Amino acid sequence: MTTLPIESQKTSQIRFALNGEETDVSFAPYKTLLEILREDLGHTGTKHGCELGECGACAVLLDGKPVLSCLVLALECAGKQILTVEGLSEDGKLHPLQEAFADLGAAQCGYCTPAILVTAKALLDHNPHPTRDQIRESISGNLCRCTGYLQIFEAVEAAILKIADKKSSPA
Amino acid sequence: MPNEKDSRTAPKNSPKIAGDELRVIGVSRRRVDARAKVTGQTRFADDIFLPRMAYCKLLRSPHPHARIRTIDTTRAAAHAGVYLVLTGKDVPIQYGILPVSQDEQALCVDRVRHVGDPVAAVIAREELTAFEALDLIDVDYEILTTISDPGEALNTPEPRIHEYGEEGNIHKFVALEFGNVEEGFAEADEIFEDTFFFQGNTHLPIEQHAAVAIKDPDGKLTIWSCTQTPHYLHRALAKVLEIPAAHIRVIATPNGGGFGGKSDPFHHEIVVAKAALLLDRPVKICLTREEVFYCHRGRHPVLMKFKTGVKKDGAITGMHLQTLIDGGAYGSYGVASTFYAGALQTTTYHIPRYRYQGCRTFTNKPPCGPKRGHGTPQPRFGQEVQLDKIAEKLKIDPADLRLRIVESSNAVTANFFRLGTVNLAECIRRIVKVSGWKEKFRKLPLGRGIGLACSAYLTGAGLPIYWNKMPHSGVQLKFDRSGGVTIFCGATEIGQGSDDVLAAIVAEVLGIDTFDIRLFTGDTDLGPVDLGSYSSRVTLMAGNAALQAAERGKTIIAEAIAEKLEVPKERLRFAGKRVFDSAAPDKGFSFQEAVCLAEARFGTIGTVGSYTPPKSPALYKGGGVGPSPTYSYSAAVVEVEVNRVTGWVTVPRIWIAHDIGRALNPALARGQVEGSVYMGLGEALMEEQEFRRLPKKLSHALVHKFPSILEYKSPTSLDMPEVITELIEEPDPHGPFGAKEVGQGPLLPIMPAVANAVYDAVGVRIDEIPVTPEKIMKALAEKKAGRNPRFGPDHFPPVNWPEALRVPPPWEGGDGNAVNDIPRRAKTDAKKEKVLTP
Repeated sequence: MTTLPIESQKTSQIRFALNGEETDVSFAPYKTLLEILREDLGHTGTKHGCELGECGACAVLLDGKPVLSCLVLALECAGKQILTVEGLSEDGKLHPLQEAFADLGAAQCGYCTPAILVTAKALLDHNPHPTRDQIRESISGNLCRCTGYLQIFEAVEAAILKIADKKSSPA
Repeated sequence: MPNEKDSRTAPKNSPKIAGDELRVIGVSRRRVDARAKVTGQTRFADDIFLPRMAYCKLLRSPHPHARIRTIDTTRAAAHAGVYLVLTGKDVPIQYGILPVSQDEQALCVDRVRHVGDPVAAVIAREELTAFEALDLIDVDYEILTTISDPGEALNTPEPRIHEYGEEGNIHKFVALEFGNVEEGFAEADEIFEDTFFFQGNTHLPIEQHAAVAIKDPDGKLTIWSCTQTPHYLHRALAKVLEIPAAHIRVIATPNGGGFGGKSDPFHHEIVVAKAALLLDRPVKICLTREEVFYCHRGRHPVLMKFKTGVKKDGAITGMHLQTLIDGGAYGSYGVASTFYAGALQTTTYHIPRYRYQGCRTFTNKPPCGPKRGHGTPQPRFGQEVQLDKIAEKLKIDPADLRLRIVESSNAVTANFFRLGTVNLAECIRRIVKVSGWKEKFRKLPLGRGIGLACSAYLTGAGLPIYWNKMPHSGVQLKFDRSGGVTIFCGATEIGQGSDDVLAAIVAEVLGIDTFDIRLFTGDTDLGPVDLGSYSSRVTLMAGNAALQAAERGKTIIAEAIAEKLEVPKERLRFAGKRVFDSAAPDKGFSFQEAVCLAEARFGTIGTVGSYTPPKSPALYKGGGVGPSPTYSYSAAVVEVEVNRVTGWVTVPRIWIAHDIGRALNPALARGQVEGSVYMGLGEALMEEQEFRRLPKKLSHALVHKFPSILEYKSPTSLDMPEVITELIEEPDPHGPFGAKEVGQGPLLPIMPAVANAVYDAVGVRIDEIPVTPEKIMKALAEKKAGRNPRFGPDHFPPVNWPEALRVPPPWEGGDGNAVNDIPRRAKTDAKKEKVLTP
């Protein structure tokens, strides 16, 4: 028997929580978190623009913190919580950030959007009322070539208000 | 509903008749594809995974210029997991975006012309296997002399990079003269001569190019690709693969940013198509970021010399522009770029006599092509900086100077471009007011400054890339018994919102909601041809096609309902998802009922619409580049802070006014303006596609200095200034609901406005883009030493220009033809002109 090509040798296996769901996945051991998400788990919402940690398009939340999934080995993720754009909406309803991005023109081509959304979520989870400078800072590792960022800032600010509204008047 | 948000920007018309107000157009709305984008469900090309899919990788040349002696693929083909290895002889037919420069091959056959030129392809079970097998391909190269820049190209006719072109390594000459420019200079009170350089830069879409091809069950070919121009890719595939175009389906996936960089047919698209047909399985390729830099097609580096004569009051008496353009290794859109570099000077200010000489050379670098603004940002930079110098010399405020010389609506320029609405003066007045220009210009403390510049851009190229008399855009509408309407159109969504433009126009006409509409766009099988997302053409051209199709559908439905209600059909209105009698608004039907009644009356309902631009009066050879149904105008004021110790430039604020005709969706229009400002700021301050030679002891090859996002600097969220956007809305009769372009024009004034602001701040002229700290420091040192406080080129090399085509301008009785192009005159008379390439 000839040897299987390296990518087909799915000799590694981990269990982790992907968007709140316990998930087992087998994969070739060299793979990054980005690669197993897109190629082995069919979660193509997370994008890539360089696979070198330069563009920020592949950001996901690892235990609540934004990481560049192209620089994280999948093997390091055993037992961790991973949140991708697919996990943002709840009960079929868009997250306030998603609503605001959609309404205010914060997504043009939409390619950098998933990463910016999860990065902004991490910011708001830790700091529900960030200033514009803190918003700027938080997404400064996510390049967007379409918007000039301003409508992204505005959308995050609109989402802050929406989230605060929701909290003050629980349905 | 999301589309009822933000009434701030709702049009302020006061309808007299119920149902006459605009409800969709002019309202900031959630775009139709927004939900897909914020949920990560937009399916980009690399998100396509198909059963049995194989992966492709390209072997690229490590040499900038070499002959291929032999390629041995034996070892790669024998590597475990490799399905197929292709070389140039498998796809030898030449292609290229323009009919006049079919100079590319999907895989180089006998010559490589830049580092990154592809020579072989491996298709394997896995991407990594394909990548590994590239190392097993043995290529024997014979190194040739490298031509690294246009100066070298002019001085090194041999070896020729291509066997076609004007001569040696000169790809294209343009020489046009509109009126006697020397007479114009003789009339002038002052003559200004300035040389400028605009460095090349690249699009840097965050999405890397990707494509997937399959052989359909019936043996035909389908390819998904992030292309801006599926129709042109369709044609190139048919040509190279030698299969009928009717057996090829191109589906343009939503582009993860394009900016012009995905407008050419590319090697990788042809290779995966060929491989899918040979292997009978899906084949995918996704380029690495480094490869994206090698695809390039970005901004041409241009050396420019402007000679401009002016009267004391600022009136221009004549202008002579020369450009020396670094084309890179292939033609791409370069012939069009060379014309564009001299085309739009006349569209902003009245220039009674104008001479343009352009020269594009081949060099051993990735090919340049169309980037946002295509060919026009470079000369616009020179023109607007020179105007700043002219204003200073004449002691006229730069804003006032421009106001004195702006072109007027419906003018025909010296080079026979018919303008539409021109609201440049209003743009300038608005920007002067909101920026506080009069209080700031030459009045801010040392180190702080303010600069102004203007520009114009096409709203769609007036001619197609290949000569034909067919429409530039077509739309089909299907009216469903459900009350839904489906739009079929070749228009391609590259993030700019083309789908939303189509939906908004159809929804407005039919009185329905944009979310009641389904769209099938960018698919050569499903929709009629739209030429693509380039030259800012989609809103006007596809928009007008959609408008016509919707109006036709409305007419059919109105006829059926008028009969049913027994009212004249002129009295019917379509609004709020209803069709009703405007004299008695309660009397009517739901839109769904109306469609059913119409179908019962007339049978299945479908309509078509198409758009062909008006014929241009520019009949001379080369007059095909620059005409447009109408032009957008922009004026910008940029504020800078310059650190005199480090040369670092900070931009706190930019004001921009854009003459848009009408903003179909103001939120998206503002996004286009801000995105243009952002990209222009990147070009102004940091972005450059630079090359260097490796040390002699290595190969001495000319390589890309930094083909990575980390090193190719682009502005981040921390660099983005506050932007105050003013949309100037006077509906233009050529545009759907009066709309003009907004995707490219607002980029153009930013670079010269930054340079002008730096001068206002620290008194040095940086006549070169990008304006880097290093250049500012050098110019400040010159200033300190009492020399010319300037950084920039001071020399334009001698070029053996051909005789210019002499076209008398309209005010000298010209008819749009050249007086010294007799054969062409004859052809034009016989109505057989073959005007080149937009």
